[in-house]
Amino acid sequence: MDNLLSLVTFLPLIGAAVLAFFLKGEDTAAQLNAKRLALFTTAATFLISLGILADFDPSNPDFQLVEETEWLGGLTYKMGVDGISVLFVMLTTFLMPIVIGASWGVTTRVKEYMIAFLVLETLMIGVFCALDLILFYFFFEAGLIPMFLIVGIWGGKDRIYASFKFFLYTLLGSLLMLVAMIAMYMEAGTTDIVRLLAHDFDASPMTVFGWHIVGGMQTLLWIAFFASFAVKMPMWPVHTWLPDAHVQAPTAGSVVLAAILLKMGGYGFLRFSLPMFPVASDLMANFVFTLSVVAIIYTSLVAMMQEDMKKLIAYSSVAHMGFVTMGIFAANQQGVDGAIFQMISHGFISGALFLTVGVIYDRMHTRDIEAYGGLVIRMPAFALIFMLFTMANVGLPGTSGFVGEFLTLMGVFQVNTWVAFFAATGVILSAAYALWLYRRVVFGDLIKESLKQINDMDRREKLLFAPLVVATILLGVYPALVLDIIGPSVTNLVENYSASLAEAGTQVAVSEDH
Amino acid sequence: MIGDYINVVMPEVVLAVFAMAALMFGVFSKNELGASKLVLWATVAVFAVMGAWIGLSPPGAREAFGGTFISDDFSRFAKVMMLWGAACLLALSAKYLEKHELMKFEYPVLMALSVTGMMMMVSAHDLIVLYMGLELQSLALYVIAAFRRDSLRSTEAGLKYFVLGALSSGLLLYGCSLVYGTTGTTEFAGISAAVGAGEISLGLLIGLVFLCTGMAFKVSAAPFHMWTPDVYEGAPTPVTGFFATAPKVAAAAMFARVVHDAFGEAVADWSQILAFLSVASMFLGAIAAIGQTNIKRLMAYSSISHMGFVLMGLAAGTAQGAEAMLIYLAIYVTMNVGVFAFILNMERDGTAVMDIRALGNYSQVAPTRALCLAILMFSLAGLPPLLGFFGKYFVLTAAVNAGLAWLAVLGVIASAIGAFYYLRIIYLMYFGEENGPLTGQMPVLHWGFLGVSSAAMLLGIINLFGIEGAAEAAAAALVN
Repeated sequence: MDNLLSLVTFLPLIGAAVLAFFLKGEDTAAQLNAKRLALFTTAATFLISLGILADFDPSNPDFQLVEETEWLGGLTYKMGVDGISVLFVMLTTFLMPIVIGASWGVTTRVKEYMIAFLVLETLMIGVFCALDLILFYFFFEAGLIPMFLIVGIWGGKDRIYASFKFFLYTLLGSLLMLVAMIAMYMEAGTTDIVRLLAHDFDASPMTVFGWHIVGGMQTLLWIAFFASFAVKMPMWPVHTWLPDAHVQAPTAGSVVLAAILLKMGGYGFLRFSLPMFPVASDLMANFVFTLSVVAIIYTSLVAMMQEDMKKLIAYSSVAHMGFVTMGIFAANQQGVDGAIFQMISHGFISGALFLTVGVIYDRMHTRDIEAYGGLVIRMPAFALIFMLFTMANVGLPGTSGFVGEFLTLMGVFQVNTWVAFFAATGVILSAAYALWLYRRVVFGDLIKESLKQINDMDRREKLLFAPLVVATILLGVYPALVLDIIGPSVTNLVENYSASLAEAGTQVAVSEDH
Repeated sequence: MIGDYINVVMPEVVLAVFAMAALMFGVFSKNELGASKLVLWATVAVFAVMGAWIGLSPPGAREAFGGTFISDDFSRFAKVMMLWGAACLLALSAKYLEKHELMKFEYPVLMALSVTGMMMMVSAHDLIVLYMGLELQSLALYVIAAFRRDSLRSTEAGLKYFVLGALSSGLLLYGCSLVYGTTGTTEFAGISAAVGAGEISLGLLIGLVFLCTGMAFKVSAAPFHMWTPDVYEGAPTPVTGFFATAPKVAAAAMFARVVHDAFGEAVADWSQILAFLSVASMFLGAIAAIGQTNIKRLMAYSSISHMGFVLMGLAAGTAQGAEAMLIYLAIYVTMNVGVFAFILNMERDGTAVMDIRALGNYSQVAPTRALCLAILMFSLAGLPPLLGFFGKYFVLTAAVNAGLAWLAVLGVIASAIGAFYYLRIIYLMYFGEENGPLTGQMPVLHWGFLGVSSAAMLLGIINLFGIEGAAEAAAAALVN
C-alpha cells in the first residue's frame, strides 16, 4: 500500500470523528459504546501498523514508505520512517489499546475522553512519521491541546495549575524551535528533513550582540531545539512540570505522558540535534552530560523522598531520561542504540508502573505510600506484577531495563569515564528508591483496616499487563529484536556524525593555517 | 476618458448611491421597523454581492483621475475581505438591534458609508483621496459607536473614539502637509519619485513618522491603542465585532499602501518604525489582556496583539511580508466573525453577560458551542493544527526572511504569553466552576457563522481555501 503511514496516522482521527458526530447521549450504554469504539479503533490501528513493520526493511538505513504531496504555503506533506522512528510508531500503536483499556473505569465525559485520546494518538504517530520540519512542528505542538484537556478535565485536585504549567512550559520551548526551523528553512531553502539531513549548516564562529559564539549558527539552532526537546524530555532543571502533570493526570494520561510523549524529546535529539548540528552537538556534549548526570543523581534522591507514588515514578522517569540524553550525546553506536532501547523499554516499564499505581488507586483512591502496606497478603498477583516492573525499572538483567542502561553506560564510558561513573551511581540509587517503595507498599503486615477488604486484580487488569510483561521480558532476554531494526540507521547516523565532525575539524585547521 | 474613470470607481459609486437611496427610502417610508429591516438585509446582500463582484473582476491595475485612485489586485483583495466581513457582522447584528429597539435604518446606511470610505482608503493613491476615505469611514464609525444613545457606556465610547480619532486624523493630516511641503505633491507616484531621488530629507522623514503615527491609531497599534479597550467595551456588541474586522483590514491595508507605494524606496526608514509598533502591540496585547474579565475588552487586547503580527508582516518590507499580512488578516477576520457570533449570544435570562467567568463549565451547558469557541480560541492563540498557526507561520517566515529574526523571536515569546488568556477561556469552559450558567438559544444564523468559522479553522489547513494565490498576486501588485 502506498500510503500506509498516513492510514495509520489518521485512522484514530477518523475514529474520533465518528465518535464526535455519530455517538449521542451520556447514558451507560453510550459510554460503553464510546469505549468499545475507541478500543476497536486503537486495536485496528495497531494491527494495520504491523504492516509497517512487515514492509520495513531493517537493512536499509534510508527513509522508507515515503509519501510526499504538495501542501499550502510552499510546504510539503512528507511522511516516512527509518530505523530510528519506526519503533516509536510501533510503541505508540502498541500502547494505545492498553491505554484505552486502562480507562474502562472512567465515567465522566467518556465520549470526549476517548476523542481526546484518539486525537492524541494521531498527533503522536504524526510526530514520529513527519519528514517535513513544519509538519513535524505541526504534530509536535498540536499534541499539547488534547493533553492539556486530558489533564485539565479528568485530572486530580490541582489539575488546573498542572495543566497550565504543562502547557505554557512546553509551548515556550517549542515556539523557539519554530523560529529556529524558519531560520533553517532560510539557510537551506527547504523544509524537507531528508534534504536538511544532508545539508551542512554553517558552523563558523560568529558574533551576536557582542557575544562570540563558537559553532556559529549551528550552536544557535541547537540551543533553540534544545529548549524545546529538553522541556519535553524533560531534563533537569526544566523537569518540574512533569511531576505536577503526572500526579494530576488520570492513569491513562500518565501512561501516555511517560511512555510516549516524553520520547518525543529524545526522538527530536536523534532526528535534529545530532545529525543536523554535529559541531554544536559536539561542543555541547559536556553540557548535556552534566545535566544528565545531575538529573540521574538528583532526581533519584528526590524520588526517594516522595510520599506520593506517582510523583516517585515521575521523578524516576526523569532520572531514566537522563540515561537517554547521556547515551544520545555519547554519539557512538552503543550509546545511541542504548538510548533508543532505553526509550522503548521505558515506554513499557513506566507505562506499566503507572498502571499498577492506577490499579490500587482505583481501589483506595489514594496514592500516598503511607496508606498502603502488606498488600501481598490480599493481592498476590498484583505483588508479582509490581515486582517484575520494579525490578525492570531498577535495571535487573533479564528485563529490558537492563539492556538500555548497560548500553548507554557503555557508550558514555568510551567518551567520558567520569560521566559513566556518576551515572552508574544512579543505578544504585534507583534500586534504593524502587525497592524501598516496593517494600513499603507490598510487604510488611497488613495492619491498615481499609486494606483488609481490598481485592486482587480482575481479569481485565491482568489482560492489560500481559502484553507489557511479555514485551519487557522478551526484550530483556532477546534485545536483538530491537537492535537489529535500529542498528543500520544508527550506524548511518553515527558515521555521518563523525564524518561531519572530522570535516569541520579540517576546515577549522585549514582556516587557521591561513 | 471620464467613462473609464467611472468604471474604475464603479464599486464605490454603486455603494455610495445605494447608501443614499437607502437613506431616502428609510426617511420616506411609513413603517419604520419594516423599512429598517428591509434596508438592513438589502445592505447585507449588497455587501455580499459586491464582494463577489469585486473578487471576480479581471486582474490587473487600473488607475483613475490622474493616478490618484487605483484599483489593483491588492485593493480588491482587501475590499473583498472588508465587504464580506461587514456583511457577516451586519447580518449578525440584526437580532441584537431588534432586541434593544435599535433597529433603525440609519445603522445599515452608516455601515454602508463607512465601508465606502474603507474602499476608498485602500484604493487611494493620493494623500487627499486617502484622507477623504479615512474621514468618511471614521465619521460613520463614530456615530455607530454611540448608536445606543440611551446607554451611557455607548455614548462615552462614541465620544472617546471621536476625540482620539480626531486627534489621530490631525496627526495624519499634519504628516500629509509635511510630505506635501517637502515633495510638492500629494500623489503617491510623485512622493515615491521624490523619495527615490536621493537622501530622504528631514521634513519628509518627520512627515513619514506623523503619517505612521496617525495610521497606527487607526490600526490600534500600541502605543496608540488607548482608545481600543474602552471603545470595544462601550460600543454595542455587533458594532464591536464590526470594529474588530473591516476597519482593521482597511487601516492595515491603507498602512501597507502608503508605506509601500509612497515610501517604497525608503524601506529601511519605516521598517524600524513598524517593527517597534509591532513589538509594542504584541506584548501589550498579550500582557494587558491577562487581567481582563470582560470578554469585549479581552477581544480588544487580542486585536491589538494580532495587529502587532500584521504589522510584523508589513515591517518585513517585502512582497512575502505583504502576502503574509493579507493572509493573516483574512484568517483574523474569519476568527473574529465566529467569536463575535458567540459573544452576541452570551446571555443570562435575556440580559447580556460580558464577564468571562460566566463561561464556567459551559462545555456541559452547550457542548458543541463550547467546542466551536474552544477551536477558535486555540486558533487565536496560534496553535497547530488550526489555521491561526499558519497565519503566524507566514508572518514569522516573512520576518526571518527579511533579516528580522529578532522580531520573530520576540513575536514568538509574545504569542506564548498571549496563549495564556485564550487558554483561560477554554479552561473556564471545560474545567471551570459553574458560575450562573448562560441561558438562551442561539439563532440558526449565528450558529451558522460560529460553526462555519470554527470549521474553517480546521479545514483550512488543507489548502487555505485557495486564498494563497490571490494573496500572492495582491502582494505582487503592491510591492514592485
